[in-house]
Amino acid sequence: MGIQIDLDKCVGCGDCVPVCPFGLLEIVDDKVQLKEGCTLCGACQEACGYEAILIEAVSEVEAVSDSHQGIWVFAEQRNGKLKGVAYELLAKGRELANTLQTDLSAVCFGHGIDEVNRLIAHGADKVYMVDSPDLAINQEDLYAQQLIELIRQHKPEIVLAGATSLGRAFIPRVAAILKTGLTADCTGLDIDTENRLLRQTRPTFGGNIMATIICQTKRPQMSTVRPRVFKKNEPDEKRKGQIIKVDFNRESITSKTKLLNFVEDLTETVKIEEADIIVSGGRGLGKAENFQLLRELASVMGAAVGASRAVVDEGWIPYSHQVGQTGKTVCPKLYIACGISGAVQHLAGMQTSDIIVAINDNPNAPIFEVATFGIVGDLFKVVPMLTEKLKNQ
Amino acid sequence: MNVIVCLKQVPGTAQVKIDPETNTLIREGIENVINPFDTYALEEGVRLKERFGGKVTAMSMGPPQAEGALREAVSLGADEAILLSDKAFAGADTWATAYTLASAVNKLGQYDIIICGRQTLDGDTGQVGPELSEMLEVPFVAYVSRIEEIADGQMRVQRMVEEGHEVIEAPLPTVITVVKEINVPRLPSLRGIVKSKSAVIPVWTVPDLGVDQSRVGLAGSFTKVIKVFFPQRVCQGEIFQGELGNQVECLMGKLKDAGLV
Amino acid sequence: MEYFLTEEQKTIKSLARRIAEERILPVRAELDETEEFPWAIMKDLADADMFRVFVPEEYEGLGGGCLELCLVVEELSRVCSAIATCYAVNALGSFTLIDYGTEEQRRKYLPDIAGGKKLTAFAVTEPTAGSDVSAIKTTAEKVEGGYVLNGTKQFITNGGEAEIYTVIALTDKARGVRGASAILVEKDTPGFSFGKKEKKMGIRASATRELIFRNCFVPEENLIAKPGMGFLLAMKLFDHSRPGIGAQAVGIAQGALEVAVDYTRQRIQFGQPLISLPVVQDILGEMATQVEAARALVYAAARMVDSGAKKVTEESAMAKVFASDVAMKVTTDAVQICGGTGYMRDFPLEKMMRDAKITQIYEGSNQILRNAIAIELRKRKARTE
Repeated sequence: MGIQIDLDKCVGCGDCVPVCPFGLLEIVDDKVQLKEGCTLCGACQEACGYEAILIEAVSEVEAVSDSHQGIWVFAEQRNGKLKGVAYELLAKGRELANTLQTDLSAVCFGHGIDEVNRLIAHGADKVYMVDSPDLAINQEDLYAQQLIELIRQHKPEIVLAGATSLGRAFIPRVAAILKTGLTADCTGLDIDTENRLLRQTRPTFGGNIMATIICQTKRPQMSTVRPRVFKKNEPDEKRKGQIIKVDFNRESITSKTKLLNFVEDLTETVKIEEADIIVSGGRGLGKAENFQLLRELASVMGAAVGASRAVVDEGWIPYSHQVGQTGKTVCPKLYIACGISGAVQHLAGMQTSDIIVAINDNPNAPIFEVATFGIVGDLFKVVPMLTEKLKNQ
Repeated sequence: MNVIVCLKQVPGTAQVKIDPETNTLIREGIENVINPFDTYALEEGVRLKERFGGKVTAMSMGPPQAEGALREAVSLGADEAILLSDKAFAGADTWATAYTLASAVNKLGQYDIIICGRQTLDGDTGQVGPELSEMLEVPFVAYVSRIEEIADGQMRVQRMVEEGHEVIEAPLPTVITVVKEINVPRLPSLRGIVKSKSAVIPVWTVPDLGVDQSRVGLAGSFTKVIKVFFPQRVCQGEIFQGELGNQVECLMGKLKDAGLV
Repeated sequence: MEYFLTEEQKTIKSLARRIAEERILPVRAELDETEEFPWAIMKDLADADMFRVFVPEEYEGLGGGCLELCLVVEELSRVCSAIATCYAVNALGSFTLIDYGTEEQRRKYLPDIAGGKKLTAFAVTEPTAGSDVSAIKTTAEKVEGGYVLNGTKQFITNGGEAEIYTVIALTDKARGVRGASAILVEKDTPGFSFGKKEKKMGIRASATRELIFRNCFVPEENLIAKPGMGFLLAMKLFDHSRPGIGAQAVGIAQGALEVAVDYTRQRIQFGQPLISLPVVQDILGEMATQVEAARALVYAAARMVDSGAKKVTEESAMAKVFASDVAMKVTTDAVQICGGTGYMRDFPLEKMMRDAKITQIYEGSNQILRNAIAIELRKRKARTE
């Protein structure tokens, strides 16, 4: 157990030193030395070209029962309407199920949901539908217990859920009770076919480092995925599938918490998560009033207005507009970044957009590295020009 | 009101930058700090103590240097601090972390509220809080943006969801995670810093917690990191040249081609 | 440069810097524009125990001296010297009480001052008495059980915002300055009111007002030390407080230097960053040297005050005069090398330049202080002859 450095293999090249997120490695007398405090994150092992750093995992691998079969997607809804992330997960789930040659099932808790058939059109072979007025809106305690019961009964090998405020809050509780591994906020999922393992890739350190994670010994393998990370498939209306109605036994499930009230946030008119075009502003705008330039451009394009964290922290625009690691992940068809330098935390939230346009007067701004099209120039000139041209169309 | 605040020491990644030449982390000048999201948890704990009396215990699992984060917590108003540190804890995933914290909470005994930040800046999972609540078998509320009332063994809180906020009631003891909207954390005071320098911070190890070594750290983790890499950003973009007016014209053309305007 | 600060001094300095950067920086431009008194920042400083720094431990302070105070003032001034002024004046308004007050007076006032619950001010200047302090006209006539104040004090920093005022007034008009006394007056005393808030060139977030006394009765126990000692106490007070003005000036200059370095590294002219041009390097090198020299002199003077030395008039005057001239020169040069940008109000330098000017004027104009230094020289020479 733990980290071992094979000094015979270490050539003192120092490649591992800068990658340690904690700065614990140093070269002493041409050999690497590890200071106290290693968290076994594995960054150095990856960087070493001489196999001199070894991180030993558990010696004995518990045999995983192969009685677990199938892939499940938790299809989140609110007030009878399925969330987009459900369809996105079905698209990815379908791909994984095909690779594993197994079934894809959707699990849906709610009340009076008309769209259940859509889950099949989007790729599900089966839908486990638990319908009850008690489940109409988020009831984490009920959801958690119901999902645990279903998983215990049907034994899926993989469970995917959206990393929404609901998913992030109740899926970990499901994993804790089932004593299985859970990987949050995955941006990549694929299958190690040899070992029939789900490879889960996710950003850490604010998107600076990517980590690929597996859950070898426990089932199901569970992941949450942020909305808009994967793309939904075109629905296939001819697809056939089975809707399995599951009775909700309210008496057998206890809720420790009580939902007293829900207050809808009406101030938020922009739904940047759902917009096809986003015009986004950063510190380069100089001050809050200059967002007006972007609003004008957005209004002629039918776009939503986004923002970097820096300007939200400055109070120039509310948090609901924030794109990035601690804001929203977006994946529009067009993302226009104006005066945004492109910190990794921001890129993490928008780099999967189909087309990225960067407008910035600093040619070295990292945003140009992800941009499909770039204009190096003064946004105060470029944006009004663009608005004008679009108006004249 | 006995409050336990769970916090983690993280590299201040606001400053973390990638060296574009070598594609490695630039570590220079990075200090370890209390995970920024946890500072809101600590502040809320201290405010609860100020409102209802009682004490705040800060708890952190980490390497020996995480003691620095706990000292800072004391300077910010925590009455006591406990460091969970053992070589065997290293490499823990969220389940093993929550298990270790739960064992320490049980050893500590009576408590009313456990407050965690919504997520960490480095791991970014937000899973430890909810997992901890299940292991302790107490209620859990995520993304709390306001504690409205605590009376008669019940707490009423507001929590943020995408569409607005919910008002939720939960019996004590309970575990909550908080968002940054909940408060503005105070700065340390000079007297607090003086106090924190002499504070005794016990270190609890595997034998202290009486836990099974195979349940903690890397050994107790169900998930394993098999690969760590730096995201590759391939620049295939086109930077327009020439006069600004022409550049805007070019862009218009491209957007038309893509059917976007 | 290494000044061999103690651990405690380093802690004070770094916490003051953190407050300046996290709490003051985001609001300094707005406060300069609106001229609003920075109550929120005063609360932050109080919560951080900054008002305890200059109060003795027996009265809930931390027992720091002149150097500790200078470290706080310097760090606050590096970001905003207007806010530093609002803070530092509390030391000016408290020192006389700390050094010469009775046990009862200290017990009554100092814990609230240390906790930042009450701000203080010091009042000597009058419409007819600026550099010529001896020309004060405000009277405090002895009556049964106390004194009745009449007159007007001018340009009083924290006037109207502070709760506790140390006022120099004539208890014996016939004796001139030897008839002046130091008297504590609380804000809500009947007969005590304030004139309009002054509009200033710089340090605009600080409040400056007239204090107006009309038959204002204060009880006898508010007299500090003996009657007739007021002028002496004021002079001793300034000897101890002037390094603080020097620290304010060093902070302003340091702030301007840092802004200038950042800007000249980024600004490309003639195909290279400005900082690569020898003419700019010459100016920056001189600025940095001046700032460090000023800091060294201010710290040395502050340490001398803290040593308990009997006479520090020359040294504290030198520190104030030199540092304030440096602040004026460095901020002017910083504006110059940043060119048009430096002159813009969206950029912090022009504020620093406006703020620097007052340090050459208040707590003794630099000309008066140079005179005082020269007089000391003459006296010393005369003594050795």
